[in-house]
Amino acid sequence: MSTNPHGTITGNRGLQLEEPLIFEQGADGRSGVDLPEPPKVKSRLGGLERQGAIGLPGLSEPQAIRHYTRLSQKNYAIDAGMYPLGSCTMKHNPRLNEKLVRLGGLADLHPLQPVSTVQGALELIDTLAHWLKTLTGMPAVAMSPAAGAQGELCGVMAMKAAHDAKGNSKRVRILVPESAHGTNPATAAACGYQVEAIPADARGRVDLAALKARLGPDVAGIMITNPNTCGLFENDMIEIGRAVHAAGGFFYCDGANFNAIVGRVRPGDLGIDCMHINLHKTFSTPHGGGGPGSGPVVLSAALAPYAPLPWVVHGKDGFALVEQTEGTARSATGRLKAFHGQMGMFVRALAYMMSHGADGLRQAAGDAVLNANYVLARLSDVMSAPFPGPCMHEALFDDRFLNGSGVSTLDIAKAMIDEGFHPMTMYFPLVVHGAFLIEPTESESKASLDQFIAVMRGLAERVKKGDTDHFHQAPRYTPRRRLDETQAARKPVLRWRPPAPDKQAAE
Amino acid sequence: MADRKFSKDHEWIEVDGAVGTIGITDYAQGQLGDVVFVELPEPGRKLAKGDAAAVVESVKAASEVYTPVSGEVTAGNQAIVDDPAKVNAEAEGGAWFFKVKLADPGELGGLMDRTAYDAFLKTLA
Repeated sequence: MSTNPHGTITGNRGLQLEEPLIFEQGADGRSGVDLPEPPKVKSRLGGLERQGAIGLPGLSEPQAIRHYTRLSQKNYAIDAGMYPLGSCTMKHNPRLNEKLVRLGGLADLHPLQPVSTVQGALELIDTLAHWLKTLTGMPAVAMSPAAGAQGELCGVMAMKAAHDAKGNSKRVRILVPESAHGTNPATAAACGYQVEAIPADARGRVDLAALKARLGPDVAGIMITNPNTCGLFENDMIEIGRAVHAAGGFFYCDGANFNAIVGRVRPGDLGIDCMHINLHKTFSTPHGGGGPGSGPVVLSAALAPYAPLPWVVHGKDGFALVEQTEGTARSATGRLKAFHGQMGMFVRALAYMMSHGADGLRQAAGDAVLNANYVLARLSDVMSAPFPGPCMHEALFDDRFLNGSGVSTLDIAKAMIDEGFHPMTMYFPLVVHGAFLIEPTESESKASLDQFIAVMRGLAERVKKGDTDHFHQAPRYTPRRRLDETQAARKPVLRWRPPAPDKQAAE
Repeated sequence: MADRKFSKDHEWIEVDGAVGTIGITDYAQGQLGDVVFVELPEPGRKLAKGDAAAVVESVKAASEVYTPVSGEVTAGNQAIVDDPAKVNAEAEGGAWFFKVKLADPGELGGLMDRTAYDAFLKTLA
């Protein structure tokens, strides 16, 4: 019998139950349902039928239920506690959204129904599009992109199509500041562009002089994340837009962090040509394993003709869907996705917008920024902030406060797990060393922020006292202790294999 | 070792005849932490000085390895693909990344020698 760290007979630790893999529990002949023997039929698979046993584990119904219930209890979730990773991963999903998306008239639709039978659904897409255009101050929006990254792809494809239409084949380069999201250079490269980094200045923002020096006839456009990944507002946006347009390029804005400015700044007023909006970040749809993404892209008049299909129009017999490119309504981009976009996310996002109203959205952005600044202000004396505040929706710290302590950013994160907190984003953005990026979001109360701050202050004091062992041993209270991340990456065990037959028994 | 030169991006190059062997410095592997994955350029690929030629991934981050000289890739070091830990163990020894047939040996003049690189590292602390 193997020993276990908790000294109990079962290996369980109170309500924390040890749970073997489902394959380790399986036994032949156990099943939750009785199925008849398959009838003997002549195989028409031409020799391609399975030769060996399929190897599914055999479990009774209560065993299977307990297995997944126990696994679910090992999860950390936004419904269980604060996520300092913030909206990138998960923020509170209001239950009203969930109630509305389950209404039969919306939940039971099929995308191939005749449009005369789905007028309400098309009106919903049209209304959400109206809100998105109004909130961003942009004339057009492509609703179909399936997630933020596909939204970026959509935007850059539209930029490329617009250049191609003008015969601008020499524009081979896209400029991406260091403070942008990592997906930005990936998107530009995926569209066949060469990517050139623009450095950040000492304020953590785009170095305007360096950017202007790089503009020229070889530049197709620029991709800027605003607020940027340091949680800072890029306050030269208008000047950047003017300079890029003067050089003949397009201005892409990564709108992932729109949640910090919605209702307060209209990106269209800053001179952008396109921006994707992550509905989960700004409009509270589920994400991070909880649901699919959705990344509508707002477009300027210059790029609107290159929007992907389909789009909703007000026809003479109600709402209609443009699914073919004909006449003036041409689309160089075609379709990015089957059907109309992530309908379930559209319903939730519109429920969030309409239940909050314009004033409520504005307040949510303000509260998100206030919460982040509260964290920044309360932790700046014990941790080290690379840039002076105020910040936007994210508070950024670096690892200077750990210098010489033998404790790393990773060690702090592990110790946070023992304190019952999911760690924040670590080692990103890359422009600061050993980054801690904390986004509390608008939905955390002052009490929950105070508890989080107390934990971080306590850990920082422990570092100061030289209690490095506490950090190197962490986490102590998890079902499994610290993983060997190096070996996990170098020699990953990717699947379960049945144990080798017992040699002694065989002999 | 007299022929070994260093770049500000922490690559080293050692030239033998027309072919340069390129790797990352000991300082670079220390900054990366435990290396878990390496991707090398295919032989025959033409590189311009400063191009991203290889990828090195550690438990902390993925980084690009830039070529300090222009030229055509002649070989990659399969040993570090098979066992990325070698990059940590012998960055400036057996864990070279790739070899390049130099297009312009004059480019070497813009790189640092050991003394200059060591002095450069001191400015980063």
